[in-house]
Amino acid sequence: MAATCFHCGDSCNRTAVRFDDKDFCCNGCKTVYEIFQVNGLESYYDLQAAAGATPKEVSNAYDFLDNQEVVEKLLDFNEEGIQVVEFHIPHMHCSSCIWVLENLGRLHASVKSSMVDFPKRRVRITFEKDNLKLKELAMLLARIGYEPSIALEDYSKAKKRVSRDLIYKLGVAGFSFGNVMLLSFPEYFEVQEFWLDQYKPFFRGLMFAFSLPVVFYAARDYFSAALKGLRSKILNIDVPIALGILTLFLRSAVDVLFDLGSGFFDSLTGLVFFLLVGRFFQQKTYAHLSFERDYKSYFPIGVTKIREDGVEENVEIHAIQQGDRLLVRNQEIIPVDSLLVQGRAHIDYSFVTGESESVPKTSGDKLFAGGKQLGSVLEVEALKSVSQSYLTQLWSNSAFSKNKASEFQSLTDAIGKRFTIAVLSIATMATSFWLWYDPSMALNVFTAVLIIACPCAIALAAPFTLGNLLRIFGRKGFYLRDANTIERLAKVDTLVFDKTGTLTSNAGNAIVYEGMELSNEEASLLKNTLRASNHPLSRELYGILDDYEIMTLDDFTENTGKGVQGTVGSCSMKVGSAHYLGQAISRQSETAVHIGTQEGYKGRFVFKSKYRDGLVRLFKKLRNDFNLVILSGDHDGEKNHLEKMFPFQFPMFFNQQPQDKLAFIKSAQQHSVVMMIGDGLNDAGALAQSDVGVAISEDVNVFSPACDAILDAKKFNLLDRFLHLSKQATIVIKWSFLLSLLYNITGLYFAVTGQLKPVIAAILMPLSSISIVVFTTLAMNMLSRKLKS
Amino acid sequence: MSVIYVLLSISVCVAIFFFVAFIFTVKSGQYDDSYTPSVRMLFEDELVKENTKNNNQNKSQTE
Repeated sequence: MAATCFHCGDSCNRTAVRFDDKDFCCNGCKTVYEIFQVNGLESYYDLQAAAGATPKEVSNAYDFLDNQEVVEKLLDFNEEGIQVVEFHIPHMHCSSCIWVLENLGRLHASVKSSMVDFPKRRVRITFEKDNLKLKELAMLLARIGYEPSIALEDYSKAKKRVSRDLIYKLGVAGFSFGNVMLLSFPEYFEVQEFWLDQYKPFFRGLMFAFSLPVVFYAARDYFSAALKGLRSKILNIDVPIALGILTLFLRSAVDVLFDLGSGFFDSLTGLVFFLLVGRFFQQKTYAHLSFERDYKSYFPIGVTKIREDGVEENVEIHAIQQGDRLLVRNQEIIPVDSLLVQGRAHIDYSFVTGESESVPKTSGDKLFAGGKQLGSVLEVEALKSVSQSYLTQLWSNSAFSKNKASEFQSLTDAIGKRFTIAVLSIATMATSFWLWYDPSMALNVFTAVLIIACPCAIALAAPFTLGNLLRIFGRKGFYLRDANTIERLAKVDTLVFDKTGTLTSNAGNAIVYEGMELSNEEASLLKNTLRASNHPLSRELYGILDDYEIMTLDDFTENTGKGVQGTVGSCSMKVGSAHYLGQAISRQSETAVHIGTQEGYKGRFVFKSKYRDGLVRLFKKLRNDFNLVILSGDHDGEKNHLEKMFPFQFPMFFNQQPQDKLAFIKSAQQHSVVMMIGDGLNDAGALAQSDVGVAISEDVNVFSPACDAILDAKKFNLLDRFLHLSKQATIVIKWSFLLSLLYNITGLYFAVTGQLKPVIAAILMPLSSISIVVFTTLAMNMLSRKLKS
Repeated sequence: MSVIYVLLSISVCVAIFFFVAFIFTVKSGQYDDSYTPSVRMLFEDELVKENTKNNNQNKSQTE
């Protein structure tokens, strides 16, 4: 059936439901449709077709919201029966979502108002607590497919205050610039008009007043950055800028005070304004993405603790102590290293190790934090507290506390040093010449050199090139933390890839059957036997087999960790490990489900990871410019396959623990610049340690570990273009440096010969800045035109 | 010609007024989310239309 779900747009497979003349892919979607229909929210589908998401089963997922302490932390406001809460809803993606979330009041009368902040993917809900508990609200949202993602770290910190400093400064500078421009206009024409002469002091006084907030407020950052640089003995680009601003201001103030001239207030305010515009442009942020997440975002907020008297209680994850008994349900993450007391465990460690298949555990076994339970409820005993667990200790590594951006010397700062030295020596030489030739002009020339050499255009080149590229990348699904990342990206020469989830897609395994063909009856029996089993491999296999009638098994036995057996009439079917079927294990490191009937062994289903499309082509292209490495936490079962896949050799390492990955990157950094591309928590250390850490994400709105960039998995095959473009961006920056140096030399001619008039400065400075901006924008847009997806 | 003092101070006052207004609007946070309001303003009609549509449906069902 080619029909797609009316609610979520997925194709309707075997489980399709037909309701109200519309196709739905599952009952969940149908239920949401019904809820919307009953409450008059059908225009949800008019705004955008198939906008919904299949609701997940959430019976216990929000139990921690029974805990009053947790609730208190989440609430923004809680007085007189009215509560306000802000939820992060990753699924929010279109105008339909905004509409339905802002009309929550129709689904539950206690919701007073709800307001969406779409760029942040957040909704702020005001509700009456008497009729609606926070937990019910969360479940209501989950039921209509908008599962709120609640991570305690979002709330535990004092609410981050949005910094609007730059906007204020930009406002001040722009305001003063505009006014000073108007006031200095008469001076440009040097008309000897009586009334203009009369009012000159008044005009100049006003200009002086307007320049004060610019110098002392808007330009403050440049002074402090220059001071900081000087203190640590670095001549960064802020030094000549600060020097320029200071000279401009002092010279102009003196000029006005002693009536020597009109001063350079127009250039001064314009300079600061343009510089701030550059900063503002570079500051492209993705409000809905987080580049800072650590393990806390993956872990649940609360867990169910069993008290000694047998009563279940919800406690915060940080309150877990050694010896506590905890309940871990299906799909829940084990929060601490613990001992399995009761229950059948199938732990999926793919978060932690990258291992693709789940591991069965029996009572008495040790479970590590970060594993996800698949199947029934477990009872475990905590061995440590959360922060002392094996996985979480990774975050105490120093790699997580260093600041990559501040350790990196940007192109602009690199040129800033040479530039400052050159300007100061030219100024000294010119001044000494004038001291000998005409001492009255010496001070004039000295200040003029410092003013005209103020590297406004140089300081603008990088922000505009990188800011522009940042936006281009963002449109193509490559989200960078900041502009500095692009410069580091351009220097990369070694690419390290994780395997599971990075080179392979998470969208399921490719399952291949090897063995004797199964008859119809046998296939039907197999399907029904699998139906009764809870093992994740069984579930996955069940999903891909054709549909057969559901029949009742006469007999069903399950041997934990081995396999299952189902019988109907005289036919029986055994499904399980090679050992269970009495077969010799052919290849240790292969994931396979073996089957056999009463007649004997039939064959096996082999689970193979599915590699991303275009992977080989991408690697072929990347190979020419970069060293490639694969660093996998998985076993080496895929090694042969990988080696056959690529027509060339490159190093591959398997069975790498998170700490091993971090150490590998560190040693590789001795002689190269490393970019790590990974996806899970197991790569978090490597991502933090590498020069550029890129997290691959199937759905960028959902979480990814702390990194410098997030790459949409669909755009994985564009990686070589992104890297290439970053390199070209640095070339564009260098060309604009050259261009702005030409302007500086022209200006210096006027300055050194003592002919610098305010009007020349007022023309040269904006002209150079604007032409640099135009040049970099055009160049980057032209270069990125090739970036077609 | 001393009217120029008056004119200039008026123009500066007007400029400062707008500047202060700008600072206040930034402070109130109305530029923080520049996307959602643009979508939200189109919604009111949907709801009304939906109501009437629903009523019609209900009517046709009862008839």
